[in-house]
Amino acid sequence: MSEPTLLEEPVPQPPKAKPQGKPKLSWQMLFSVLMYGFMYFPILVLAFYSFNASRFSSNWGGFSLRWYGSLLNDSRIQGALADSLTVAITAVVISAVLGTMMAVGLAKFRFPGKGLYRGVSYLPLIIPDIAIAVATLVFLVSVAIPLSLWTITAAHIVFCLAYIAVVVSTRLAGMNPYLEEAALDLGATPLQAFIKVLLPELMPGILSGCLLAFVLSMDDLLISSFTAGGGANTLPMEIFSRVRTGVKPDINALSVILILASGVLAFASEYIRYKSTQRRLQG
Amino acid sequence: MSTTLPPSPSALPEKNPAQSSWGRRLGKLVQPLVLLAPAGLWLLVLLVLPTLLILELSLIPGFRLGQSAGGYGLGNYLDIFRPGNPYLQVILRSLYFAIGSTALTLLLGFPVAYWIAVMAPARWRNLLLVGFVLPLWTSSLLRAYAWITILRPTGLLNGILGAIGLPGQDWLNRSPAVFIGMAYSFLPYMVLILYASLEKLDKRLLEAASDLGATPRQAFWKVTVPQTLPGIAAGGLLVFIASLGDFVVPELLGGASSMTISRFIFNQFLGATRNWGLGSSLSMILIFAVSVAIALLIKYGDRDAV
Repeated sequence: MSEPTLLEEPVPQPPKAKPQGKPKLSWQMLFSVLMYGFMYFPILVLAFYSFNASRFSSNWGGFSLRWYGSLLNDSRIQGALADSLTVAITAVVISAVLGTMMAVGLAKFRFPGKGLYRGVSYLPLIIPDIAIAVATLVFLVSVAIPLSLWTITAAHIVFCLAYIAVVVSTRLAGMNPYLEEAALDLGATPLQAFIKVLLPELMPGILSGCLLAFVLSMDDLLISSFTAGGGANTLPMEIFSRVRTGVKPDINALSVILILASGVLAFASEYIRYKSTQRRLQG
Repeated sequence: MSTTLPPSPSALPEKNPAQSSWGRRLGKLVQPLVLLAPAGLWLLVLLVLPTLLILELSLIPGFRLGQSAGGYGLGNYLDIFRPGNPYLQVILRSLYFAIGSTALTLLLGFPVAYWIAVMAPARWRNLLLVGFVLPLWTSSLLRAYAWITILRPTGLLNGILGAIGLPGQDWLNRSPAVFIGMAYSFLPYMVLILYASLEKLDKRLLEAASDLGATPRQAFWKVTVPQTLPGIAAGGLLVFIASLGDFVVPELLGGASSMTISRFIFNQFLGATRNWGLGSSLSMILIFAVSVAIALLIKYGDRDAV
């Protein structure tokens, strides 16, 4: 969304304004509808079978909430959910602080080795999970740190802070750079300028970065499996150990709950983004 | 000695000279450190050092946890590429799945991205795009698991095929299931990146092409594709990287015969074999392959789109 510059030629309006009413029926549209179906079909299938009374989920045994009921009595699932939430919330809170500081620092300062620093900050987005997982395990074992919920959290911070920094950087890049300078000129200390001017302006980016990082942390299987040791068990680890041996109807019910929850987060993230671009366009 | 120099612009706003200039200079040094050191240290300790450590492990042939190391050497790498050993097969299979699912997502994703970016009404575009990538927010594990329900022999697909009188398919635990699962997992990424590229398409050139007598097909290949080539490269490489390192889809949908790099490394560390040296060298090969793809992406891809 760059602002139009003076150099840009005005776009000539096409002489015959095409009616922008209903989209024309085309094969691209039909194909796209098919692909939307492809994207949502498996999710609907899970939802459908989660209400199926039959244990053998290919047959319809009537409507039932028994699988939701069995989740309520499943202490392993609840423990795993608690572990996952502990890891995700802790990792996201710490990453929000570190990632934002990193993004601001990278935008503000020039220093020798900046390219290298930036490159390293992108690594967690690029290196496959399995390689990060293996490396972290080898490191933790070699310095004899006992594996626990906290080693999972420390490992999650690595990728969470990278994602938050990227989202915040994008927001910073589209920001008016003079606001903070103006605050400094008007006598604010750097810290005041940071808290009162920069931070509110960055907040939508930080929040949507946090939502993204939270979802990624809740979804992570490999890094958690490698850094958990025996003590901790996250939700993806629990789900994985159950579904690799076949279809489990109570997992269908869990899927529906989790999909609804992440749907809410996705909408929140899009809403924050939408609101902040609206405000920017008006302002 | 009394030549009057015009005051340099930088000297103008200096209000309280000596004292605060020291403070300011110190601040200039401390500020970047305060902002950048914590995250930098975290990444250094928990990402860079560990990666260097597996590079070291990969150079110790046959290293197993708790055993004395046998000295450095390229044995692990030589083992991987020695004909007759199954490891090369694992790498080739991963490449096959990654290239196949990249081609599949490009084939399926391009018309969708084109329709949203070029043909759909402008005010719907954002909503349509968000609607397409929304499934990305759900757990990748559960999305792969959903396909087990559909693809297994007594699953929904064969129920539907049977109902309309077609022969049943046994795709689960074979490569078709891996391709379906990967295409499903990574299609939103492809559409997202192609959309960013197609959105910038200069439609006046398409009109010009058709005015000059090009058929829609010619206009597509001569105007649209060249303009979106960086986006195609970016989307393709991103899906390639993601599918090359994917663990969940091959593990849940691929079955025992579709061992891929990621699953193989997993087994070397957490499975029965416990050959950390071999696992580390395969990790390094995976990182290397991804680095090559990234280098290509930086060279040919649309970096704005990623």
